[in-house]
Amino acid sequence: MSDTEAVSLTGLHKRFGANEVLKGVSLRAHTGEVIAVIGASGSGKSTLLRCIPLLEIPEAGEIAIGGETIRMRAAGKGRVPADAAQVNRLRSNLGFVFQSFNLWAHMTVLQNVIEAPVHVQGRPKAEAIAEAEALLEKVGMADKRDAYPAHLSGGQQQRAAIARALAMRPRALLFDEPTSALDPELVSEVLRVIRALAAEGRTMLIVTHEMAFAADVASRAIFLHDGRIEEEGPPAQVFSDPQTERCRQFVMRHLNR
Amino acid sequence: MDTVFLAETMGKLLAGLPLTIELAIISISAGAVLATILALFRATSPIAEAIVRGYVFTLRGTPLLLQIFLIYYGLGQFAEVRHSILWPFLRQPYWCAILALTINTSAYGSEIIRGGLQSVPAGAIEAGRAAGMSRLLLTRRIVLPIAIRQALPAYGNEMIAMVKATSLASIVTLMEVSGIAYAIISETYRAIEVFLCAGAIYLTLNFLLTRGLAVLERWLNPHLVQSRT
Ligand SMILES: Nc1ncnc2c1ncn2[C@@H]1O[C@H](COP(=O)(O)OP(=O)(O)OP(=O)(O)O)[C@@H](O)[C@H]1O
Ligand SMILES: [Mg+2]
Repeated sequence: MSDTEAVSLTGLHKRFGANEVLKGVSLRAHTGEVIAVIGASGSGKSTLLRCIPLLEIPEAGEIAIGGETIRMRAAGKGRVPADAAQVNRLRSNLGFVFQSFNLWAHMTVLQNVIEAPVHVQGRPKAEAIAEAEALLEKVGMADKRDAYPAHLSGGQQQRAAIARALAMRPRALLFDEPTSALDPELVSEVLRVIRALAAEGRTMLIVTHEMAFAADVASRAIFLHDGRIEEEGPPAQVFSDPQTERCRQFVMRHLNR
Repeated sequence: MDTVFLAETMGKLLAGLPLTIELAIISISAGAVLATILALFRATSPIAEAIVRGYVFTLRGTPLLLQIFLIYYGLGQFAEVRHSILWPFLRQPYWCAILALTINTSAYGSEIIRGGLQSVPAGAIEAGRAAGMSRLLLTRRIVLPIAIRQALPAYGNEMIAMVKATSLASIVTLMEVSGIAYAIISETYRAIEVFLCAGAIYLTLNFLLTRGLAVLERWLNPHLVQSRT
């Protein structure tokens, strides 16, 4: 397996009870790629993204981070990670940005950002703080380093959450609808930060309903439908010249908003 | 009003104050640790939950007075206890009272902390997992700090109840404030004045405790204080 493969998913199947959400999804994200994942509500975008750090455990299929496959073992009717320490180590190589930010409310912005570098990765606190300050500067949150999440706007919270994800020095960043919980006037400040990260050559998987943004920032677009990758290609093609009827309908509906 | 008698009584009662404070601090602290362990243990499996539920049900459903009696007079009935290394402790009323107070408050406390644990937002836990935190780290750095902040106001009530509950230790001969009060009354038959003095002592203790808890709450929750920036 190549070292340039930041994330590799092979034949993922995931069901919730009788509801089969992922029906065999394979996807490779090479280092430096920005992949936009689009699809209708309920098509399994979040589930797919959440399978990568094993926030959901797929019943079948393989997940590799940086070329290292997560080992699983059978347990009861399903599977569990064979080695919890491996999962935690690989998780700390990813940065997950949630729709609802999920900052830790009892910590300041700076404390949120240094928490995992210090306590999970065991980096020296002074070094983590220096790096965190640089990251907060980058996302435009330097003046809010000592603020608590409850005192921030949604856009500020999400930018802090992005800094928190970056602080892990991740191989790949995973965004699950990072702007969907924001008031319209706050969306652009977050998108601007993500754009800047793309320009830096960061590896990113972005689930989003912001079609114009996706078309602009992604190197590849993936259209998920009914638990499968229905269409995949350069954004210019997927958005302006979809090959499948379903993707065409979806794009039409969303570009007109 | 016989101020000389009141002052004299106050002086005698205050001699029992260190013991009252000691009983309260030890049982509240040990009880809180035990309560936290019980609340975390309860969430691990259905069997654990059943065990903790039984423990809580029993200790909340019976009077503390009875629990103190049972531990002090009851444990000595078992030869195993009398021959165990704990017997030098368990034969002393002091340790029996502390044991009873501790397990009693741990039962109430575990329910309060369980409520705090349930209030921890799923997103905060998920963010910790996604960052690669082990279960232990997640519990220590995210779950408990949030749960304890949430539980603190209710736990304050339990602490106040415990300060008052130390007065029951007098029934196993401990001369804390209430024990001394009973002794003075049996000598002087001036129950009202003596109990007024004792009441004033407990009231002062709990006033200080309440103030301390308010300070602690504000210190732990800067994120809930309205910011001015
Ligand atoms: N924890 C869960 N338990 C049960 N069902 C779930 C769970 N999470 C997701 N599902 C179901 O899986 C399906 C796909 O959900 P998912 O959140 O992945 O969709 P999505 O594409 O992200 O949708 P949206 O655009 O609305 O966020 C839905 O039918 C949803 O109800
Ligand atoms: Mg979703």
